[in-house]
Amino acid sequence: MTGKMINLTIDETPIQVPEGTRLIHAAEKLGINIPRLCYHPNLSLEGACRVCVVQVKGFNHFLTACSQEVWEGMDVQTNSPEIRQARRDIVELLLDNHPMDCQTCDRDGNCELQKQAYRLGVRERLFAGERKHYPVEDSSQSVVRTPEKCILCGRCVRVCSEVQGVSNLSQQGRGFHTVVGPANLSNMDDSVCIQCGQCVAVCPTAAFLEKDHTERVWEVLAMPRDKKHVVVQIAPAIRATMGEAFGLPMGTPVTGKIVTALRRMGFDVVFDTNFGADLTIVEEANEFLNRMQTGENLPLLTSCSPGWVSFMERFYPEMIPHASTCKSPMQMLSALIKTFYAKKKNLDPKDIYVVGIMPCVAKKFEAARPEHAMEDGTPYTDAVLTTRELAWMIKSYGIDFVNLPDGEFDRPLGISSGAADIFGATGGVMEAALRTAAVKLTGEELGPLVFNEVRGVTGLKEATLRINGMDVNIAVSNGLTNAKHILDAVKEGGKQYHLIELMACPGGCIMGGGQPYPPLDHDPLDPETARLRAKALYDIDDKKQLRRSHENPAIEHLYEEFLGEVNGEKAHHLLHTHYEASMPRGIR
Amino acid sequence: MTNTVTEFYKALTAKVDETLKAQGDYGKIVIQIGSATCENAAGAVDVMDEFSKHIQSSGREDIVIHRTGCTGRCSKEPIVGVHVPGKMPVKYERVNRDVVHKIFTSHIQKGLPLAEQILDGSIDPDQQLEFLFCEGRRCGVDAPVSYREIFERKLKEAGVGEDKVRITAASCFGACQGQCGSRAHVLVRPLRTLYSVSSEADVDLLVQKQVLKHEEVPSLKVTDKPIYQEFFDLYGDVSFFNRQSRVAMRNSGILDPESLDEYVKFGGFKALATSLGKNDPEWVINEVLKAKLRGRGGGGFLTGKKWQMASQQPEKTRYLICNGDEGDPGAFMDRGMLESDPYSIVEGMMIGAYAIQACKGFYYIRAEYPLAIKRIQNAIEKCRAAGILGDNVMGSGWSFDLEIRLGAGAFVCGEETALIRSIEGERGQPKVRPPYPVVRGLWGKPTAINNVETFANIPAIINYGGDWFASIGTEASGGTKVFALAGKVKHTGLVEVPLGTPLKKVVFDIGGGVQDDLPLKAIQTGGPAGGFIPAKWADMEVDFDPLAKAGSIMGSGGMIVLSDEDCMVDISKFYLSFTQEESCGKCTPCREGTTRMLEILEKITSGKGELSDLDRLERLARLCQQTSLCGLGRAAPNPILSSLKHFREEYIEHIVEKRCKAKKCVALIHYEINAEACIGCTVCARNCPVECISGSRKEPHVINQERCIKCGQCFEVCRFDAVERV
Repeated sequence: MTGKMINLTIDETPIQVPEGTRLIHAAEKLGINIPRLCYHPNLSLEGACRVCVVQVKGFNHFLTACSQEVWEGMDVQTNSPEIRQARRDIVELLLDNHPMDCQTCDRDGNCELQKQAYRLGVRERLFAGERKHYPVEDSSQSVVRTPEKCILCGRCVRVCSEVQGVSNLSQQGRGFHTVVGPANLSNMDDSVCIQCGQCVAVCPTAAFLEKDHTERVWEVLAMPRDKKHVVVQIAPAIRATMGEAFGLPMGTPVTGKIVTALRRMGFDVVFDTNFGADLTIVEEANEFLNRMQTGENLPLLTSCSPGWVSFMERFYPEMIPHASTCKSPMQMLSALIKTFYAKKKNLDPKDIYVVGIMPCVAKKFEAARPEHAMEDGTPYTDAVLTTRELAWMIKSYGIDFVNLPDGEFDRPLGISSGAADIFGATGGVMEAALRTAAVKLTGEELGPLVFNEVRGVTGLKEATLRINGMDVNIAVSNGLTNAKHILDAVKEGGKQYHLIELMACPGGCIMGGGQPYPPLDHDPLDPETARLRAKALYDIDDKKQLRRSHENPAIEHLYEEFLGEVNGEKAHHLLHTHYEASMPRGIR
Repeated sequence: MTNTVTEFYKALTAKVDETLKAQGDYGKIVIQIGSATCENAAGAVDVMDEFSKHIQSSGREDIVIHRTGCTGRCSKEPIVGVHVPGKMPVKYERVNRDVVHKIFTSHIQKGLPLAEQILDGSIDPDQQLEFLFCEGRRCGVDAPVSYREIFERKLKEAGVGEDKVRITAASCFGACQGQCGSRAHVLVRPLRTLYSVSSEADVDLLVQKQVLKHEEVPSLKVTDKPIYQEFFDLYGDVSFFNRQSRVAMRNSGILDPESLDEYVKFGGFKALATSLGKNDPEWVINEVLKAKLRGRGGGGFLTGKKWQMASQQPEKTRYLICNGDEGDPGAFMDRGMLESDPYSIVEGMMIGAYAIQACKGFYYIRAEYPLAIKRIQNAIEKCRAAGILGDNVMGSGWSFDLEIRLGAGAFVCGEETALIRSIEGERGQPKVRPPYPVVRGLWGKPTAINNVETFANIPAIINYGGDWFASIGTEASGGTKVFALAGKVKHTGLVEVPLGTPLKKVVFDIGGGVQDDLPLKAIQTGGPAGGFIPAKWADMEVDFDPLAKAGSIMGSGGMIVLSDEDCMVDISKFYLSFTQEESCGKCTPCREGTTRMLEILEKITSGKGELSDLDRLERLARLCQQTSLCGLGRAAPNPILSSLKHFREEYIEHIVEKRCKAKKCVALIHYEINAEACIGCTVCARNCPVECISGSRKEPHVINQERCIKCGQCFEVCRFDAVERV
């Protein structure tokens, strides 16, 4: 793009925009929002839905505003009667091949197709005919595919390949019989899907959804207290996003309200996954220091993000020795609940039901992994609800969330440092680890607290920190295409990295596949959304007294009372895990 | 550099002459057998086998079999030519093993051609001379009188009858270079002599000397061999052929498609040598620009302009693609050229590649064309071995290579962006343009994509000049266009005519008129995405712009003739079912819109239509036309829109009267037995699959309409025309 400015008219209003601007953005400058479905600013141009057509003088056919760059003297009509009818007809054509079940659909009220149909005024159905029929595909632990609801906008296909580098989804068949799915339309469970749920996040309709765990949670909540002791834990990232589901401005922290809501719903105990996060840092920092000392298996790769872990097992199995063996915060906490806490309360672990509230759909998959179960097969985590699912349950219960008083987590597994809160944003795990590692490396009690090098929602950040006379090369990546870049660089050799934080979702957990759908005038994956959500977490951290994980007194107490040494036998057994190469079928 | 290329070409031609001389086939009787997928399917392989057996057992050594490509005379294949030196070349139609035996024993051994088997009955074997008068668009048009008529009169005066000398009005031979004014060219067969006449005295001279004394007239003789002459020498007697102007198909049916030597003998690679010899890619682009050659794949974009744009890209790694993913039902122009003249396509492509300075070229040919693939592969290998392709092309220092990629049978892959994706190994779906492939194409590099026929024209343009090529066509587009003539026309096949030729001329002069001499109803051009040109517009000149104006397209060149026996609603439904089936599924209007339009058409043809359906149909058609992503979707509604425009009353008839005049829509017809014509033979009753026909022997039969499934079996089997379709 050169610095040249282009003059054009949109709906008779002259406007000047830089050369290379696309019409859809030029119109936005005039405050005109052109309707769209397949277009997404972070993904490549698809030009498939055709909803954004506009009339350009001199052309017999209509041009799509998403793809057309402006030119000098262009004369554009965005709302002529012809255009209005064309857009209405296109959306109607989409509706004609779509199940008419809005009232019972998960996305009712939050569906982009529904929104466009309303906005464009589809009031009658002229063309209805044959409709496609596909079964719901729910083989995956995390993601449910409902091809009947798919409008073939291709966003999931693009996010899966362009942002996540997985390329599991593609369009198959042709014409009216086109359907999106894994290669050869195999089950999601048999595919290379890493369960990150970004397809769910970008889908304009309900063609991709998380696997529902709400029913099983309603069920245990209704059971007598002496039969099931229902324990819930909430992930760091959800406190920055839950408010959005209730109309609060983006980036409003609502930790206390969530705790109160959960208690009202009947959860017996409300713990904080943050505790698990602090514990993770203590174990992981220890692991890091050991590796720094021996020089083995560097760089250390973080392992909190189950989507990233799946990705590594499928696409980079050779990096498994580099991955931290630490369980994710959720799994550490769940393991403690069913051992330490059960013992303390004198409960049979089988009578405890652990629910995780997570920003992530891959956590549902993680919870079901056989490594995360007790010896008798009882899973440490029994159910995982996404932010969206819990939001719906709160609404369903009839709780006036916005006006709830703040509640406090139960003790002892509810105490946490600010380092744990920032786990939810990209760079947060790194910063938390550095806070502890810096202290351990230097031996000074008051090490640095803020590492601006790793803050911000860009996809790939690198820095070299000078700690105790050593150069520590670190990298932070989110979105797995970025992970590919950094891992390929590691494999190539050259620069020696020491610590790399990897998160599957673009922006980190705050942009996880289970987070509330943005309001209909926002794009999913919008970096501004990520920035606001991250800010909420950093604000919480900023206000806390306790800023370093290893300073968490409850953690210190836990080691004394139960775990023994850091990375000792018991800690290793309960807090660490292992990974296995899991290549797609047909590849050994 | 210039010298090395010239020397290379000289050495190449010298070597070819030597090789062909060494074969010693000159002066022998030549049995020419067409060999392309269509000819082979019609039995050409058997025919060739039978001829070899006959030659072997006869022990004669003065007979050779010459395999050629396909001339494009589909309904009469396999075609066999027998060329006895000094005699009129004779072509036989629909030859099979029995006919081979007859040809061999009668024509070859006894010198008595088989009159009943001669192609289109075109020549009388007794005729010794044939005078073809060039009556192309320009030639002789300024002459105050028709030289042909003068010649006819003078022959009559001299007492020479039609049984001895045959006179034919033919199309241009390409000799005039567009400046013949009051001259006319006359080709004398089988002498292969071309004369140029410009006065009555000249004509008189021809009669006196050439006809009466069998002497040549050196003063009138034209020594340069024009582009079409070879074709007219061989095929000039057949009206299907002698009204055509074969530029792209100049070698089809003349040379062996697998022999590099023959291609070189007929001037092959001269154009490439010329282009390389100029050492100036821009010169090539300028010639092509001058030629006003427009893309023959259907888009009609100026080829020279496309090449110019590609050549101006800052990126130096550039590609050239030959689009041979011909998918229109009933269209086989590209296959014909790939199979019959593969070297021309290779040469055309190399010239194009040189013009845009591409490093690599790809053939994208649909996998359903195995013979075309084999012949292109053969041509590539032979060219490589001869130093024409690969490193240091013809000693010029420029390197270029070709590769074949196969299309897996998706119609949409003929669309350039989808084609590129397919080569890249992605799902063959169109992409948003711009960026156009010339800017960012295959693997993100500048890529020019041209159709097979476009490339076939290139060597001719270089050899005969861009101006010459431009003079053949219309003001806006130069040259000729190959059409696949089919439908209700007497002579079907590949037809190449100058752009600007009236449609009527193609159908009636070349195609021989409508089958069964029924009235012409419409001409459908451009394949499934084309539109209907009603009979009242049959005077229209074929060219990109007039066709588009009339609501159709040139497309890749399908031309289907429709008679009163065709139902426009039914045919629109047929085409739409094709585009619906082949829609890639990417954009909404095409994927969903074609399905809904098809549903409406099905409703109408099954007698359930309502008048409001027409509005909905039109609304969807316009939507699809205006908002689809690629050309396929934008053109898909053309059959509907043009039939609604010109034949709306037929739709109304289907909807209001529930009647299909052409009796094609099964739901709107029924079968009845005419009691007077029925003799009670029981054949219909015995053939009825649902046993709904009753009647005793020798008594008129009756169809039970309630049980009848309208399969039409009774109609087919009745020998007394007693079953009527009502």
